[in-house]
Amino acid sequence: MRRIYLDNAATTYTYQEVVNEMLPYFTTDFGNASSQHSYGQKAAHAVDNAREIIADAINSKYNEIYFTSGGVEADNWAIKGVAYAHKDKGNHIITTKIEHPAIMKSCEYLSKQGFEITYLSVNKEGFIDLEELKNSIKDNTILVSIMTANNEIGSIQPLKEIGKICKENKVFFHTDAVQAMGVVDIDVKEMNIDLLSMSSHKFHGPKGIGALYIRNGVRLDRYMSGGEQERAMRAGTLNTPGIVGMGKAMEITLANKEKENKYIADIRDYFVNKVIGEVPYVIYNGPKENRLPNNANFSFQYIEGESMLLNLDLEGISASSGSACSSGSLMASHVLSAIGANEIDSQGTVRFTFSTKVTKEDVDYTVEVIKKSIKRLRQMSPLFNELKGEPEYV
Amino acid sequence: MYNDKVMNEFKEPQNVGTMENPSGVGTIGNASCGDILKIFLKIDENDIITDAKFQTFGCAAAIATSSVATNMVIGKSIEEAQQITNKSVVDALGGLPSQKIHCSVLAEEAIQEAINDYLSKKSQA
Repeated sequence: MRRIYLDNAATTYTYQEVVNEMLPYFTTDFGNASSQHSYGQKAAHAVDNAREIIADAINSKYNEIYFTSGGVEADNWAIKGVAYAHKDKGNHIITTKIEHPAIMKSCEYLSKQGFEITYLSVNKEGFIDLEELKNSIKDNTILVSIMTANNEIGSIQPLKEIGKICKENKVFFHTDAVQAMGVVDIDVKEMNIDLLSMSSHKFHGPKGIGALYIRNGVRLDRYMSGGEQERAMRAGTLNTPGIVGMGKAMEITLANKEKENKYIADIRDYFVNKVIGEVPYVIYNGPKENRLPNNANFSFQYIEGESMLLNLDLEGISASSGSACSSGSLMASHVLSAIGANEIDSQGTVRFTFSTKVTKEDVDYTVEVIKKSIKRLRQMSPLFNELKGEPEYV
Repeated sequence: MYNDKVMNEFKEPQNVGTMENPSGVGTIGNASCGDILKIFLKIDENDIITDAKFQTFGCAAAIATSSVATNMVIGKSIEEAQQITNKSVVDALGGLPSQKIHCSVLAEEAIQEAINDYLSKKSQA
C-alpha cells in the first residue's frame, strides 16, 4: 500500500546522511565529551563543530548555544529559569494564547507559584497585536515569550517588531522557534532575541536533542543540577551522537533551504487548492501570507477529526487532528479557539504538514481518499443530515 | 489504539441510517464535546425491538459502539434492552481505551432515551 506521511510538524524522518554521521559516536568515538583523554576530546571536538553550525544558523555566538533533551526542555528552562532568576525584579510574564503546551503549562505552573501571566490574544489568522503587547508591558514585567511559528496553523509572528518593543522596555524576549528552524530566517542580533528554543527532530535530525540559545549576559537559573557541562548551566553527559546529528541535519537543511521550502510550499498549495475546489463545506484555518510553507489545516464540517484520521490511516495517509476526541485530554485545540473558530467545526479539523518526499500523485490520491472518507462520514452524521440536499462531489 | 474488533466495526458499521416513522428516537451528546449519537428504534405491538438505526457525529469509538449497541437491541424486548449497560457494549467490542469509555456510556443512554421516547408516546396514545 502506498504510504504518504503528512505529519511533518509532529516529527520528520532523520536524513540518512545524519544517521551515517552519528554512527561512529556510538561505537568508535564514544567517549564522554567531558573526559580529558583522547576518546573524550574526539567527542568534544565533534560537539564543538555542531555547536558552531547551530550558532551560525541564528547568528548567535558559539558559547550562547546550550544543548538540551529537546524543545520542551528548552522551553521549560527558558520560562522557569528567567522567572526564578529575576523574581526580585518582577513577577509578570507575557505570552500568547497559541503557544505550545510546554510554554502554556510552564506558565500555568509559575502562576501557581505567585507569578502573573498575561496571555496575548491573536486575530483570526493567528497573529498577535503589537499594540496589545506594548500595552501589556508593566513595571513588573520580566519576560515576553512568543513562538516564532505556530505548529497547528503555521502563523509566523513579526519577531523583529516584537524584539524592538522588548528591547525598548527592557524585558527579555524568548521565542519558541521549534517549528521555524530551517524555514524562517532568524537573526537573534537583528531581532533582539534573548532566548530561543529549537528541536532537532523537526528538521530531519534525531529525536531527543534540542538547544536553548541564551544571549551572553542573560542571567537565568540553572535547570539541571549536577556536573559542569554546558558552561555549568545544564548538567548531564552530552549526547554526542544526538548533537552531531542535530548539527549535520541543520547543515543539510540550511544548504537546501530555498529549494526545499519552495517545493514544499508549491505542493502544499496544490493540495490546498484541490481540497477547496473539490470538497464541499471545508474551512481553511490560518493565514495565506506569513505562514509556514509546509502547513495546511482544514476543518471539515459536520464530521469529527479522529474518524477522518483513521480513515486516512487505513489508506496509508498520516496526518493529525485538533479534535477533542483525538487528543489525550479530550479538550479541543486551544489554538483553534484562540482564533475564534466555531467550536463544532473545530472538531472536524485535520492538519496536513508536507515534506519534499510528497509528490503530486500522492496529493491526488490523498484528495480522493479525503472525498471518499468525507462522504462516508457525512452520511453517518446527524449534523449533515439536518442540511437540505446533498452537495455535488467532483 | 483500537483493537481489531473496534476497527472492523468502524470500517463497516452496521445499522447506519434513519428510519421512516420510528417508534422512538434518542439523541445524546453535543457537538462541542465532539460526540452526538442518535438512535432510532422500531418497536412492535409486543414491545419487541424489530429494527434499530443510528447516526453519529464522533470518533471511531462512537461509531463502533453505536454499531454494536444497535445490533445488541434488535430482536430484544424493551425490558431486555433496558438491561444493556455500557459495560456490555465495551465487552462486546473486546475493550476500549480508557479515555473512550464515555462513548459507550453515550450509546447506552441513547438507547434508554429512545425507549423512553417510545413509552411516553405510547402512554399519550
